[in-house]
Amino acid sequence: MLFAEQVLTPLSSGWFLENAWLIPVIPGIAFAMIILIGKRMPMKGSELGVISMLAALVLSVGAGYQWIQRVNSASEEQFVSPVIKSWTWWQSGGFEFGIGQHIDGLSVLVLLVVALISTLVQIYSLEYLRGDRRYTHFFAALTLFSGGMLTMVLADNMLLLLLGWEIMGLCSFLLIGHWWEEDVNSKAALKAFLTVRVGDVGLLVGIIMLYFTANDWTREHLGVSGFSIRGLSAWALSGEPNSTVIMIAAIALFIACIGKSGQFPLHTWLPDAMAGPTPVSSLLHSSTMVVAGVFLVARLYPVFFVGLDILGDGGNLIMIIGGITIVISAALAFVQDDIKRVLAYSTVSQLGYMMLGLGAGAWMPAVFHIFTHAFFKACLFLAAGSISHSASHHSFDMKRDMGGLRKVMPITFTTWIISTLALTGVFPFSGFFSKDEIIDNVGNNGYGLFMIIGLIGAFLTAAYMTRATYLTFFGAPRGASAGQSVNDVHDHAAHSPVAHGPHESGALITVPLIILATLALGSGFLNATPFGESWERMKLWVEPRSEVVVEGIAVASESVVVSKNYSPQSEEGHASSVCGSQTPETGVCYAPKLNHAPFKWPKAMISLMIVFLGMAISWVVSFRLYTKRDPKFVGLTQRVSVLRAGHKLLVNKYYLDDLYEKVIVRGIAYPIARTAYWFDQKVLDGIIHAVARSARLVSGWVYRNIDQRIVDGAVNNSASATKYVGGVVQPTQSGKVSQYGALLFSAAAVAALVLVIINT
Amino acid sequence: MNMLRENNWVLSVGTFLPMLGVVVLMLMPKAQDRAIKLIALVTSIATLAVGVYTAVIFDYGQAGKMQFVAETNWISVIKSSYFIGLDGISLPLYLLSMVITLLVVIYSLDHVPSPGKPKAFFSLLLVLQTGMAGTFIAQDLILFFVFFELVLLPMFFMIGVWGGEQRQYASIKFFLYTMFGSALMLVAFLALFVKTGAESFSIPYLIEHGGSIAKNVQIWIFAGMFVGFAVKVPMFPFHTWLPDAHTQAPTQGSVILAAILLKLGTYGFVRIALPILPVAAREWAPYIGGLAVIGIIYGALGCLAQTDMKRLIAFSSVAHMGFVMLGISTLTSFGINAAIFGMVAHGLITGMLFFIAGSVKERYHTLEISKLGGMLTQVPRLGWIFGFCTMASLGLPGLAGFWGEFPAILSAYNPAAGLNVTVFRVYMVIAALGTVLAAGYLLWLYQRIAFGTPKNNSHTGDGHHEKLQDVNTYELLAWTPLLIGILVLGIMPNLLFSVIDPAVQATLVVFGG
Repeated sequence: MLFAEQVLTPLSSGWFLENAWLIPVIPGIAFAMIILIGKRMPMKGSELGVISMLAALVLSVGAGYQWIQRVNSASEEQFVSPVIKSWTWWQSGGFEFGIGQHIDGLSVLVLLVVALISTLVQIYSLEYLRGDRRYTHFFAALTLFSGGMLTMVLADNMLLLLLGWEIMGLCSFLLIGHWWEEDVNSKAALKAFLTVRVGDVGLLVGIIMLYFTANDWTREHLGVSGFSIRGLSAWALSGEPNSTVIMIAAIALFIACIGKSGQFPLHTWLPDAMAGPTPVSSLLHSSTMVVAGVFLVARLYPVFFVGLDILGDGGNLIMIIGGITIVISAALAFVQDDIKRVLAYSTVSQLGYMMLGLGAGAWMPAVFHIFTHAFFKACLFLAAGSISHSASHHSFDMKRDMGGLRKVMPITFTTWIISTLALTGVFPFSGFFSKDEIIDNVGNNGYGLFMIIGLIGAFLTAAYMTRATYLTFFGAPRGASAGQSVNDVHDHAAHSPVAHGPHESGALITVPLIILATLALGSGFLNATPFGESWERMKLWVEPRSEVVVEGIAVASESVVVSKNYSPQSEEGHASSVCGSQTPETGVCYAPKLNHAPFKWPKAMISLMIVFLGMAISWVVSFRLYTKRDPKFVGLTQRVSVLRAGHKLLVNKYYLDDLYEKVIVRGIAYPIARTAYWFDQKVLDGIIHAVARSARLVSGWVYRNIDQRIVDGAVNNSASATKYVGGVVQPTQSGKVSQYGALLFSAAAVAALVLVIINT
Repeated sequence: MNMLRENNWVLSVGTFLPMLGVVVLMLMPKAQDRAIKLIALVTSIATLAVGVYTAVIFDYGQAGKMQFVAETNWISVIKSSYFIGLDGISLPLYLLSMVITLLVVIYSLDHVPSPGKPKAFFSLLLVLQTGMAGTFIAQDLILFFVFFELVLLPMFFMIGVWGGEQRQYASIKFFLYTMFGSALMLVAFLALFVKTGAESFSIPYLIEHGGSIAKNVQIWIFAGMFVGFAVKVPMFPFHTWLPDAHTQAPTQGSVILAAILLKLGTYGFVRIALPILPVAAREWAPYIGGLAVIGIIYGALGCLAQTDMKRLIAFSSVAHMGFVMLGISTLTSFGINAAIFGMVAHGLITGMLFFIAGSVKERYHTLEISKLGGMLTQVPRLGWIFGFCTMASLGLPGLAGFWGEFPAILSAYNPAAGLNVTVFRVYMVIAALGTVLAAGYLLWLYQRIAFGTPKNNSHTGDGHHEKLQDVNTYELLAWTPLLIGILVLGIMPNLLFSVIDPAVQATLVVFGG
């Protein structure tokens, strides 16, 4: 194979990139300050949270700008190396472990999303949680969460990533259980933490396996440890790893992603997590934290690419799980009355799309979907919160307390509609450019079945969102939205129950909504494939180039010296990379070579038709069912046995909760634990008690035969000391001690003698 | 092994200073409550000051070597000598024992458990301190044994006199169990002495000559030590004394028991059993590892079955010490580092949890989980501190517990050469599953106790809306150092690893690298 060696231009960097590690540090410090002095601040610490998020946002924007400059400073096919900084964190057993930053296109993208939405959600919360019992704690946890997520996004090694990952889990626990006086909330918090923790076993095991299998290679070739993300990426693509080991490690890591990103079969915690305040649902449980699993797959993509044989024939684990998740959770969204639960299942389903995309080799569309989904889903949740805050009297029940709200809440309604269109993937809203790309690329990479699943998902999404929109904003106002007072409150920010009826929310709520809706509308154009290559900015900035990189052992980020451009082999005319699961002859690869589906309008039209069909059918059914109370539709699920069975299955959430809670958790917590404890008390202690009883029988004999003065004297002294000190321990008890003691010591002496004699 | 002998007075002073306090206390009239407390406080502060001074002049560049070594004749008839020294393994534990004793004394200023008798109580505390510190610095097996046993009596009395309703049963069970272990341990020590030519009980000497003992003899001697140390750790199935002892002991007793006494066993493995009998250690390692992971799962299941908060925390020790033993059983420096880190972390965290249990009992007059609830509304500070410790205990990264747990699991992937890799990898996965159970029982406990609304405590007879006092000054003084320790070690694990690592490396030289 011919190749030309060329010396590459050095990449530009800058202060924001070099010091990106400050971004998670700022919320960390703010968290400590809120805890320590928050309650004494004029705004009870919330200002510290908001300011720290604004600072993180500014730094993220700076880093994003400089990253784009860095990309622009590279030549067209050059691998843009991430800006890595590392310090020693700890050392043990001759190994050193680092702490540091790894900033590249993916980090910058997620960084911006997290910082921006965190800022908006904190501003929104100023109003939404005004007067809450634990206002300060709420902002503390929210800020810590952002710190954790930013840490994970910037982590240069798996241990630091794990740190951020677990901090998010903790904050999720605290925030879901924010109103922990109620049993439901604290149980949901427990469930969320435990379910995710089950997946985390995979993360621990995966990190450990990768560390031990990769460490020698990464030390030798790159001078970094086997925890390093960059090292692992290069190692995975080097052809070095044993295919079984890397497969098991990838599966283990993916189990963690299933837990965190609410994929089937561990998705059950996410809808329950809606027990938390709405800003929390918006930030953690839709737009940011739950994409951590997707992020991990995208981050360590080479490991999954090789380990699970992505782009191989047939499906792989990631695609299968993603595909199942899309459909089953979308179906569940139809039987929910709680608007937040509809959105929660929608989130699960959308995360399924991201996984499907990653599993099918559509890295860029999947990552782009993280970006667009964050905006429209955060917006939808905040809109739901706005409704409950100002119109439905803290209720989230669409059937009972909503309806007809489009007139009284014009801003909320408009932002909701924009976001819904984005979610359903209508052109030119942002979801179209990401979701349709995923479906398109899945098909293009030869996974026809999964493309159809994606299209079914799109149909279902359009239908359940239309149902929710209809129930909320159209038809006649019901319950609280009609001005009726309700006693049973779902979501109680201690906002005083105002007597006046439904109204639009204040600026602190509507401004974040408007900003997010604008992004839901416009962000898709950052990677608008239909308009040609020049519009594909995200691809240019974010997607790592699959170029063979030759660099020295030195870890400095500017050590890229030479790139080997392999001679044009493909008919397309530009340099084709050999980066894949084979070994590059020299140098290393950091990203596998992926395909991009060419955009074709006819294909897009088909999926748009499917979306419109879903909307239309759903609209008609909703209108007939909820407004007209058409007898043909009402009670249909009761009359037709097939529908009844299906409805029952959905209402019971496929009985997965029953399986986990009633069978597994209950089984471990009660029968199994009790059996273990019974064993402990009856068997182990029983043996001890039996030994003690027989010892007492034998002790009489021992007394007559062992030199009593020494042993007895000593122990009796302790017995009298007992009486002196406490006057509590009865003589018989201490007598027993002396007997046992005598027995044991004499036995010891005999045993020692025997042992020595036998072995001489 | 070359040793550093400068400033070798510090260890003896640090160890025996509490005894001076005991002597002074003995001379005090019983009624002088305040004076008694003051003397105990001053003594423990002075002891810690000596300890801190020791840590300051400790040569961290040579943490792998024995420092401040003192050696004089003691019982020449049996060739035992007063031989003490301190290296990177001993230092953290030695210092921890002093810190814990001081904090327990501070806590006790306000909380002498019923039936009072501060004079006897503080005397016993100080005697305990001498025993614990001495165990960590002894370099002679007989000396080690004496200190090891010295700990037993004060704890026996502490449980038996100041304990709960079933204190007599618990104290005797504790005493006999440990005695049984000690007896076998003594057998092992004696056999070791004889088999190495009856020359010396000094640990460095035995390390030099122990390796030459025939394999089957080593295995038998190791068995004796194993039982002695395993009872103390406690390892499954020798753990059944622990829940009773902990539940019945007064708060102070539980704290010391959890924070320090359990570590005497694991320390014994690292300091004595492994380096002296490397061949036997290799034979035993898979079994130790197996019992360790059984302990992890079994302890967690035991926790889930508990209805009493203190007993639950006690069972969690079985699980946590399982991680420590798993690290030790890998026979790698990585694993043993993790184990020692885990010992310190467990000392801080579980010590804290027992303090909290004590304070809960004092306020609610019960530790029945079903009768507790809504702690966060009634005593929010206590509730949050409890939450922090719960998180630390379940191994949240960024807090101390994680650095004992995760590296221990990690080390099991790659045990020392000659050990069965497959077996240890299975252990690794089981141990990793144990972390889920740990999260389960701890958070479930927390959810039931701290969340929700307060239960009616009418059975206390103090009225329904009794205003409970939140964390008071004494508690805050006693707890803050532990809480800071948990956080600081969690963020900067290297503070500890860098001290332990050289010493562990030096210890493992007998395994051939």
